[in-house]
Amino acid sequence: MADTALPAIDRPGPRQVLRAGPWLKLWPVLLVLLALATVPVVATAAGEPFLIRVFTRIVIFALAAAGLNLVLGFGGLVSLAHASLFGIGGYVVAILAQHEAEAEPFGFAPLLLSGTSDLMISVPLAVLASGLVAAAMGIVAIRTGGAYFIMITLAFNQMLYYFFVALQRYGGEDGLQILGSLHLAGLDVANRVHFYYACLVLLGLVLVATQRLVDSRFGMVLRATAQNERRVVAVGLAPLSYKLVAFALSGAIAGLAGALMAVGQQFISPVDMAWIRSGDLVVICVMGGLTVVVGPVIGAAVFLMLELVLSSYTSHWHLPFGIIVIGLAVVLRGGLADLPRRIAGKFGRGERP
Amino acid sequence: MKSTIAALALASLMPHLTPLAAQAQEPPRTPIKIGFVSTFSGPSGQLGQELLLGFRLGIASVGGQLGGRPVEIIEGDDQAKPDVGRQLVDKMIESNRVQIITGINFSNVLLAVAKPALDAGAFVISVNAGPSQLAGRGCHPRFFAAAFQNDTSAEAMGLHLTAKGVRRVYLMAPNYPAGRDYLNGFKRTFKGEIVGEVYTAFGQLDYAAEIAQLRAAGPEAVFFFYPGGMGINFVKQYAQAGLRAAVPLYGPSFSLDQTVLPAIGDAALGAFASSFWSESLDNAASRKFVADFEAAHGRIPAPYAAQGYDAARLIDAALKSIGGRIEDKAAFQRALETVTFDTVRGRFRFNTNHFPIQDFYLNEIVKDDRGRLVMGLRERIVADYPDAYAGECRMRPATN
Amino acid sequence: MTFALFAEQLLNGVQLGVMLFLMSAGLTLVFGIMNLINLAHGALYMLGAFIAAAVANASGSFLLGVLVAVPATGLIGAVLEMTLLRHFYARSHLDQVLVTFGLILVSNEVVKLIWGAVPLRFALPPMLDGAVEIFPGVAYPMFRLAILALGLVVAVALYLVIMKTRIGMWVRAGASDRAMAAALGVDVNRVFVLVFAAGSALAGLAGIMAGPILAVQVGMGEPILILALVVTVIGGIGSIKGAFIAALAIGLIDTFGRVLLSPALGSMAIFMAMAVILAWRPKGLFPVHG
Repeated sequence: MADTALPAIDRPGPRQVLRAGPWLKLWPVLLVLLALATVPVVATAAGEPFLIRVFTRIVIFALAAAGLNLVLGFGGLVSLAHASLFGIGGYVVAILAQHEAEAEPFGFAPLLLSGTSDLMISVPLAVLASGLVAAAMGIVAIRTGGAYFIMITLAFNQMLYYFFVALQRYGGEDGLQILGSLHLAGLDVANRVHFYYACLVLLGLVLVATQRLVDSRFGMVLRATAQNERRVVAVGLAPLSYKLVAFALSGAIAGLAGALMAVGQQFISPVDMAWIRSGDLVVICVMGGLTVVVGPVIGAAVFLMLELVLSSYTSHWHLPFGIIVIGLAVVLRGGLADLPRRIAGKFGRGERP
Repeated sequence: MKSTIAALALASLMPHLTPLAAQAQEPPRTPIKIGFVSTFSGPSGQLGQELLLGFRLGIASVGGQLGGRPVEIIEGDDQAKPDVGRQLVDKMIESNRVQIITGINFSNVLLAVAKPALDAGAFVISVNAGPSQLAGRGCHPRFFAAAFQNDTSAEAMGLHLTAKGVRRVYLMAPNYPAGRDYLNGFKRTFKGEIVGEVYTAFGQLDYAAEIAQLRAAGPEAVFFFYPGGMGINFVKQYAQAGLRAAVPLYGPSFSLDQTVLPAIGDAALGAFASSFWSESLDNAASRKFVADFEAAHGRIPAPYAAQGYDAARLIDAALKSIGGRIEDKAAFQRALETVTFDTVRGRFRFNTNHFPIQDFYLNEIVKDDRGRLVMGLRERIVADYPDAYAGECRMRPATN
Repeated sequence: MTFALFAEQLLNGVQLGVMLFLMSAGLTLVFGIMNLINLAHGALYMLGAFIAAAVANASGSFLLGVLVAVPATGLIGAVLEMTLLRHFYARSHLDQVLVTFGLILVSNEVVKLIWGAVPLRFALPPMLDGAVEIFPGVAYPMFRLAILALGLVVAVALYLVIMKTRIGMWVRAGASDRAMAAALGVDVNRVFVLVFAAGSALAGLAGIMAGPILAVQVGMGEPILILALVVTVIGGIGSIKGAFIAALAIGLIDTFGRVLLSPALGSMAIFMAMAVILAWRPKGLFPVHG
């Protein structure tokens, strides 16, 4: 609405938008990726190599949050199930590695599969599994919509959490350790710098794909659905199927993040699936900004750094943290990524007569 | 007193040790750095707090130093999340250069951090968690469990009920690895009949349905393992169902210690707990520990505090025997393996898998002279008891 | 399973259901009328239990604990509503989730700062400490029978207040069409504070009733919150009748699921029931809004 008030001269013509628009929109993504790419260099130079691991965790959480933001920021669906989808991705990688280490196939008679520690196989399978589970959840949850959606995804999250806690075969509540070494087409995943860049490349791919998706026809329908579902129906489209596809994609991205988490930590446990972590992911998205593709990255960096710093001062750090979250809800609707625009907007309005 | 014990400890270690000349040297003045990773926030926050209070009191009890060197403790809150614990351990080892990682209370966190910490060259000394994975095939020369192996106190209770001639026992535990460890441990040593074995959901609140089934099965005794809040729920509801007097409860001390007893209240009276230490254990070190702890904090310590206390004194004794030179990892490992110190549990030594060989006792929940619920010592169940996994451990020398 | 055992389990299921109803009633009211997702409902349940336990321990009177804690949680709810949550009625569900998620973190930490991390003692009132023989050889805890009775009384009272009184009429009007109710001269703000306070007091009451049975500890509100959300969703958000029927159903499904199925499946039984019911009726059993 604010855009229409601007003089027409300031805006590129429709032809220009078509040519330069899609790639111009990618500059924030590229900028953030470039900044993240310097982390190993800076950390090594500063003599604090553990920072590489801290940022690996940030990149992985950013990936999970980017998945969530696809439905949260652009689809208007508040999902509290993403921790469980994240965990499923991790468990697929860990379970496959476990079966290879034990040289024991799994499945049942005609469908007997062998385990693998080849990430070129297990990571795509993890992504697929999380995507499928998300689709199954979505079929029940999306039809209900609104507040029901939030509560149902929360319940599904807990259902999967309890399932893995009780899953004796794969460590139950203790979690599942990956004892053998994982390999990824000649890349040494145990080398933290290599692994960091591998995660960063995947984050970059997901962010670029998300940006293109959001700007595509599919993304436009999705965003329109979030704003006014009835209008989308009136145009003759089926919003439910758009939401379902978005939710499955979103779950698949969360599964990718979970798979990377399992690889990086050589470990996955049901704690990674508790509903509080779903809440954390929502907070990350909101912190970073829901309407921008790089939002989750900024949110993840701020969230995890806050956690690291606050918890080193006091064991009561949930108190200041909770107050920040409440403050966020009260004040900062567009997230941190939106801050420059809001400031600019404020000045812009001020100049107008 | 203190010096005689140290001297005795030294004497007993002589044959295993590096040349005497090394010990004669003054210990270096640079501090021993210890990373204390534990759960300090959230519902389980009291466990980390109790472990740390005990650990600090243990250091204070040996003169505020470890092996004659100043100590720097770096605390970290793992929030009961394995990945957070992992991040803290990485930071402590690489940035703070800690030599020992300790404090971890949950098995899942320990399993996630032990391997990377050991691979990075640190010592890991567990003050609480003792999963079977690390006691058996996963044993490591620089990993030491200073508290217990999960199954052992359940095995002790199985021995006791067998000796007592109890025939029909009903088992209950949460459906998670530690729960299974405890019930399997019990079944390993109990020779009577198991009339029911029930695993409930982890974190379950209401046990009315299970208690009704239990009553219908008509057991002579119930063996249960419910740590923390689950234990409070279960024991209260068990008493409210009128079963407390009819079918006695038996469990490991973790379900009936000072972290939960005040909250359970009188419903716990008459229940039995097996333990390697309880507040009523009668030896000089334990009496002093309980008195010092009460003086400092105004309440009876839980076993967690005793475990922390012993771990600090164990590290001190091992370091003293090598002149404080923790930098010589091979020497420190040997010193820990053969350590003897003035423990609050009476007797303690490490098995070949670096898990304790220790005594187990039977306690009954009673009121002390001030009306507080305590574990009252009844008898020693078994002496010098090792865990069941030591045979699976083939200790290979560390490569770094 | 003998008949006596079956009957006892039936009673257990109904009793659990009634407890869940106490917890869900406030949640569904607040949602139905103000359109607010209150994840902090579990925090009020926790506060109820802590305040009652503290008062009962200090005074030695369970009754005094109840008499202090119920109005206290109602008051805390009213203050929260007026200072913070009121501004979120018109905001998105996301903002509501965020602010109430923050409230969970803050309230858990505040409780820990006041009462410490060690769970509190909360003994049964001596009058209700004991068991009644409901069948030969089967004693049932008196306190659980008291919860059962109280839950039924609250259910009937809520039904009567909502269906037969003027306030109830406003509440129903507010729930079905807020703008219309305001236009007809209902002081919507006052009704909202009242409803929120009542919902909070009910959560507090649930916490007090749970206190002597369950551990009074930091974080006790979250597991029960999730069950209450399941009940609310199955019953149809905003429907007291739906919440009551769904709570009983969940209590029974959970009890018999645990007894008859394996623990892994038993703990998931209610979630599977929820999935089936919602696949059949996406807006729950008794939808209030269109």
